Amino acid sequence: MNSANPSVETLVEGGYTEGFITEIETETLPPGLDEDVVRRISAIKQEPEYLLEKRLKAYRHWLTMEEPTWATVRHPQIDYQAISYFSAPKSRKDSPQSLDEIDPEILETYNKLGIPLEEQKQLAGVAVDAVFDSVSVATTFKKELAEAGVIFCSISEAIQQHPELIKQYLGSVVPHTDNFFAALNTAVFTDGTFVYVPEGVRCPMELSTYFRINAANTGQFERTLIIADKGSYVSYLEGCTAPMRDENQLHAAVVELIALEDAQIKYSTVQNWYPGDAEGRGGIYNFVTKRGLCKGDRSRISWTQVETGSAITWKYPSCILRGDDSIGEFYSVAVTRGHQQADTGTKMLHVGRNTRSTIVSKGISADFGSNAYRGRVRMNRGAENARNHTQCDSLLIGDRCAAHTFPYIEVLNPTAKIEHEATTSKIDADQLFYCRQRGLSEENAVSMIVNGFCKEVFNELPMEFAVEARKLLQISLEGAVG
Amino acid sequence: MLTVKNLHVSVAGKPILHGINLDVKAGEVHALMGPNGSGKSTLANTLAGHEDYLVTDGEVLFEGENLLAYSPEERAQKGIFLAFQYPVEIPGVNNMYFLKMAVNAIRKAQGKEELDALDFMKHIKATLTKLDMEDSLQKRDVNVGFSGGEKKRSEILQMALLEPKLGILDETDSGLDIDALRAVATGVNKLRNAERAMIIVTHYQRLLDYIEPDFVHVISNGKIIRTGNKTLALELEEKGYGWITGEEAA
Repeated sequence: MNSANPSVETLVEGGYTEGFITEIETETLPPGLDEDVVRRISAIKQEPEYLLEKRLKAYRHWLTMEEPTWATVRHPQIDYQAISYFSAPKSRKDSPQSLDEIDPEILETYNKLGIPLEEQKQLAGVAVDAVFDSVSVATTFKKELAEAGVIFCSISEAIQQHPELIKQYLGSVVPHTDNFFAALNTAVFTDGTFVYVPEGVRCPMELSTYFRINAANTGQFERTLIIADKGSYVSYLEGCTAPMRDENQLHAAVVELIALEDAQIKYSTVQNWYPGDAEGRGGIYNFVTKRGLCKGDRSRISWTQVETGSAITWKYPSCILRGDDSIGEFYSVAVTRGHQQADTGTKMLHVGRNTRSTIVSKGISADFGSNAYRGRVRMNRGAENARNHTQCDSLLIGDRCAAHTFPYIEVLNPTAKIEHEATTSKIDADQLFYCRQRGLSEENAVSMIVNGFCKEVFNELPMEFAVEARKLLQISLEGAVG
Repeated sequence: MLTVKNLHVSVAGKPILHGINLDVKAGEVHALMGPNGSGKSTLANTLAGHEDYLVTDGEVLFEGENLLAYSPEERAQKGIFLAFQYPVEIPGVNNMYFLKMAVNAIRKAQGKEELDALDFMKHIKATLTKLDMEDSLQKRDVNVGFSGGEKKRSEILQMALLEPKLGILDETDSGLDIDALRAVATGVNKLRNAERAMIIVTHYQRLLDYIEPDFVHVISNGKIIRTGNKTLALELEEKGYGWITGEEAA
């Protein structure tokens, strides 16, 4: 079939009258992926023609690609035809009716994190009648942001309301040809976040998906685009320390950041998706493409991530340092325990002169966990006086876990300087005994030692997030020793 | 305060202590001397509850309770402090923070109010003054990059802050130059009082020039083979361990 044939397109699109859309929005598309599914997603979202073309191009390209196998992760073959690519908000009767139906282990974690009951229900996907508190909070925030001229909305809304920005920037940092999962995401993404900070504006608050009202149903193919115009600043928080209940096993998000001249973007993530049961069954596969473009001179992009969840984490938040004197930073803590696997790191591509990058990666493995740091630093020919400092440290708890480090370094400019440090250590019995002899319980001792190990990364997180991240780490590693 | 009866201890399946008997009363300072490998440090670690040290026979009573039933942290909370021969480094953990955690863990277990940051600062300042020490170590990470002398002084400061009933010093004098030795000894002497007992494990007599013990015990092959007063230490220094272990054999 020639899919570019206008008559076919008209025929297919013709089916999506307003009424039909309403009908389908209450449903879920049947499992499977073909061009028709891509068209239907685009139609449901009432997207302009160019975006549908973009999706179709990505889909056709995806068909020619193979799932990457270079990461040190193992999982059963993913059946892409068994996934449903659009699912409207679930109706009440399908949702759990009360917290009694939720996995008690998840509830215990909520309690340890001190999450209020109403919020627990929301996180666990329980049908709630009362309007959730954060809605009103979010409304207040929206007003303040609007006054500053900051656009903070869902990507679907931005596609309708800010077509010029979407057209210019969507896919400009992560093209659909980038990798297998980015191609898939471009073809089928259903929602995500859009942020635009105008020239010279310092965003008056930390932006968080938590406060975006409809964030709960962004689905498994999330798309985020953040643009910081000249001289602006924005700090964005993604995720939540509470374990999120989610029925989609495969998550393939794409995040694009663009920093123009003198702009700064700080992107912080706490990822705590379901890691699977004790045997490693049922956990989330988190295959994410995150990349920032330091487009303007003296721009700066910082990625900070705390990854404690998911069965498999595959992500490399990266920076393209195109502007002269631009700065890229990556601070990461990745915890794997049980049967969790993480292959994570960053790429720093130095293009402009006097560009600088810093990489601090802390991997913690316990039980049967496997943790790999994979990083690539490239100094292009024109990257005069570029600098990179990389530090990757691994901490092992117990003797059945694993840590790997794969640094790739390419230097094409003789004035560039690269430093790489790597360490592997163990929480040893002596450290624990020392702490316990000073009156600390074993769990407090482990948590203190691990927090000390991660300090440089936690220091980069916004204050409240750092407090939560510490708590989360403590809970994540409970019972890991002994 | 502490009664050790017929204590037998194995490490990794190898018997090290073969029936130790020891009685320590409040206010007393006991020196435990002996050649390398005699079991001095084994006794110290066993009393503190190190899990590698397996008690195969005998009993230990601390203030009338069976000490062996408690975990290391419970023993610390009951007032047992071990100054380590090799204090452990904990990278990334600020010394001050560590000390505050430890002090409050113990205060909490003893039913006392936990100290807030300000009160803790006062507590640490007062203690430093008392011990005649500088506070240059508090901003650094626990034991990281400390010199041998700094590590041992830090242990004495911890003991002072945690206010134990029984302080056990495991070869605190090893590897110290004379100035550091004196500083450590001064600290220990200031912490002596009528309620607090101490066990000082040492290889050499020289520490005892500064800290005068009430009793000196000589341990050899996992047994206490001689108990005396300060003069026993001096005699040992003069004649060597062979004098006494040989005597035992004969």
